[in-house]
Amino acid sequence: MSEATKPYEAQMHQLQREMMAKYFDEMTALAEGASGYNAHLLVSGNPVELLRAFDILPVYPEVNALQIAVKKQALPFIQKAEEMGYSIDNCAYVKADIGCFFEGGKAPFGKIPQPNLILCNYVGCNVYLQWFEHLAEYTGAPIFNLDVPFLRGETEEASEEDIRYVVKQLEDLIEVCERITGKSLDYARLQRICGLSGETGELWTKIKELTQRRPSPFDAYFDAVSLMAPLYCLRGTEECVRYFEVAYKELLDKAEAGQGPLPEERFRFVIEGPPPWPYLRIFRELFSKWGAVAVASTYSTVGGIWEFGFRHDAAHPLESIARHMLQWNLTNRGLLTRYQQIRRYVEEWSADAVVIHSVKSCRLFSAGQGDMREYFAKELGVPTLLIESDLEDPRYFSEAQMRTRVDAFFESLEHKKMLSVGGSQ
Amino acid sequence: MTGVGVAVASLDDTIRACRELVEKPLDQIAAEWKASHPGGKVVGSFPVYTPVELVHASGALSLGVIGGGNEIEIAHADARFQSFVCSIVKSTLELGLTDKLGGIDGMLFHSICDPARNLSAVFKRNFPEMVIEYIHLPQNMTSAWAPRYLESEYRRILEVLQNLVGHPVTDDDLRRSIGIYNRARALMRRLYEIRRTTPELLSLAECYLLVRAGTRQPVEQFIETLEAALAGLGERTAKPKDRIRVVIEGSFCEQPPLELLEGLEEAGCYVLDDDLLTGWRWFLDDLSLDAEPLWAMAKGYLDGSVYSATKHDSRESKAKHLLDKVRDTGADAVIILAAKFCEPALFDYALYKQALDRAAIPHLFLEFDEKMWVFDRLRTEVETFVESMLFE
Repeated sequence: MSEATKPYEAQMHQLQREMMAKYFDEMTALAEGASGYNAHLLVSGNPVELLRAFDILPVYPEVNALQIAVKKQALPFIQKAEEMGYSIDNCAYVKADIGCFFEGGKAPFGKIPQPNLILCNYVGCNVYLQWFEHLAEYTGAPIFNLDVPFLRGETEEASEEDIRYVVKQLEDLIEVCERITGKSLDYARLQRICGLSGETGELWTKIKELTQRRPSPFDAYFDAVSLMAPLYCLRGTEECVRYFEVAYKELLDKAEAGQGPLPEERFRFVIEGPPPWPYLRIFRELFSKWGAVAVASTYSTVGGIWEFGFRHDAAHPLESIARHMLQWNLTNRGLLTRYQQIRRYVEEWSADAVVIHSVKSCRLFSAGQGDMREYFAKELGVPTLLIESDLEDPRYFSEAQMRTRVDAFFESLEHKKMLSVGGSQ
Repeated sequence: MTGVGVAVASLDDTIRACRELVEKPLDQIAAEWKASHPGGKVVGSFPVYTPVELVHASGALSLGVIGGGNEIEIAHADARFQSFVCSIVKSTLELGLTDKLGGIDGMLFHSICDPARNLSAVFKRNFPEMVIEYIHLPQNMTSAWAPRYLESEYRRILEVLQNLVGHPVTDDDLRRSIGIYNRARALMRRLYEIRRTTPELLSLAECYLLVRAGTRQPVEQFIETLEAALAGLGERTAKPKDRIRVVIEGSFCEQPPLELLEGLEEAGCYVLDDDLLTGWRWFLDDLSLDAEPLWAMAKGYLDGSVYSATKHDSRESKAKHLLDKVRDTGADAVIILAAKFCEPALFDYALYKQALDRAAIPHLFLEFDEKMWVFDRLRTEVETFVESMLFE
């Protein structure tokens, strides 16, 4: 591994690995018959606070699918699903998950338990609805479609009607959880959990603000993904808050010392779209070699957008969970609202460019990204690169093609930079 | 006038007039209607289901905007939408980018899939002169709050339409529109009933043309068209041919070319039922005229509509509906006719395939693209499938 990409290793990384290993062990224990409950749910705008209040372990098929891809074991599962009738053009997260299910739920990081509840917290992505419809059919587990109306106004505000509709469904979900676990909701506990999520959101926001500095102390895409796992899997717990305290302190120290993830920060970019998990390291190196650091990413807001002020509120737990699902996550927002989110990153995080990684599997992200490029490149004059591969399926990653496009983009950016430096002197 | 109906004499004439209307450019239809309705507005709907009663009650003309078919070349839209996005999303955008949606004042999109939703945003940015609304149809069919939510969503859309046309819409207006659409849908159910029992009398392509014409003319004229067609059908006689009987499933949004529909039956099938243009036939029965109109429409959506790839009803397994349809129609087989890159149809297929295999119902999977020109390969596949069943 080159000097440029030697990973920064600190206590936060060690802690992350321990916490996630413990989480996957819990999942495996349930799969092997330990007593307890789990619900399968989706990362986007996840209402994990409510599940934690019932000690129901959140299991995210997406997290499982991406772990499988990172460990380069996705293809056999994808092919298994395709043999069953899934199309080459269906989302590969779904195929990897379903393929894995039919191979006994044995994933490289642990075993996936049979769900006690399939919670389709449908937030934006229509594929989720089908994914969970299929899981319900295969597992026979009860399904709850938590319908979250898409944010369709001009602003970031959800309507009172939408909030009431989601809160009413959360009340129904509470009844379902009570039936499954045989326990009634401890409202004070739900409030405490929301308080902990609020603290986590505060720390995560402070961490994200650090990348506004020059140099950015960490990469808001490639490094942020390791922070995202605890954010979704463990949010609402004391240990999650402790983890983010450690992470914030260590990253702040780096920022104060003027250290970044690369020896020299030459370009700052905002990146849109999920990463190509099977080729994460190669993908990172394409940018690192140019001294390019992601200072903000839309992918890190799939599970929630905290950096613009949202916090879970212990005083109004259900309403704040509803707002999180409706307004404060990327996937429940329209494309034009996403353009404004990226624009804000470009301006407030002082980026030189936008990189759009278009993945075939996730059309929620990708369908229409050509229009996004048009908006940033032509209307705003921000240099914008659009590259294509996939988040799960290794068959769609062409390293040589990708390298050519990335190199050409940064060469031209470098040229522009030289001209503008020359011009200003 | 764009309508067909009263003036036509025979069934063949009616269907010929429908074909002409279906081939007519949308902007021409909008312009002709506006010429006879000064100050009138035209509102387009993307598939699958639109609460068209709202548009009708506002006095605007409701037009189905269902892609560019195989008459349009994608030259601009593929710079906005990638190669792995279905054709209808691109061709609909192409219509807009090449000024072929002139005269359409507003467009309604719905929560059917991710590309269609993103298309609504791309429309909003690229066509600022158009009123674009995105309707979120509920996916929790069992929540006691869902009808209230949907009623409020319809009220929101109604307010947008009232602003567009510049006058209020009353409950009586809405009730009258519901009554008229109830009539149109009842006539379409009658048409489909005839296909189920005597498919030799009305071909799939003919039936499709009749229904598709309804997406392009005022509903009052559409009713006349259907009445004329049904009267004509009463006169028609034909002997059933030796063909297998199938239902087709999967073409609820992007529509297969007419030549493909013709070829399917000519290859040796009678199509007893299908989900073509399903959104325009959405309800199993009449909507109530006694309840509050928006409430009646909301309840109808949640409890009285057809099953669909874009509606996720956790009360029953999806494959069960298809198996029921096969049983109820007495079909011998199923043809899945899915648009290339259509995720809802392709996902459904995985469930259908497993269920059909378990039930030992023969099935054939075909992928189409609205832009396709050559049908030989598909036709051969259908012929082979038919032969395998006839001579088994």
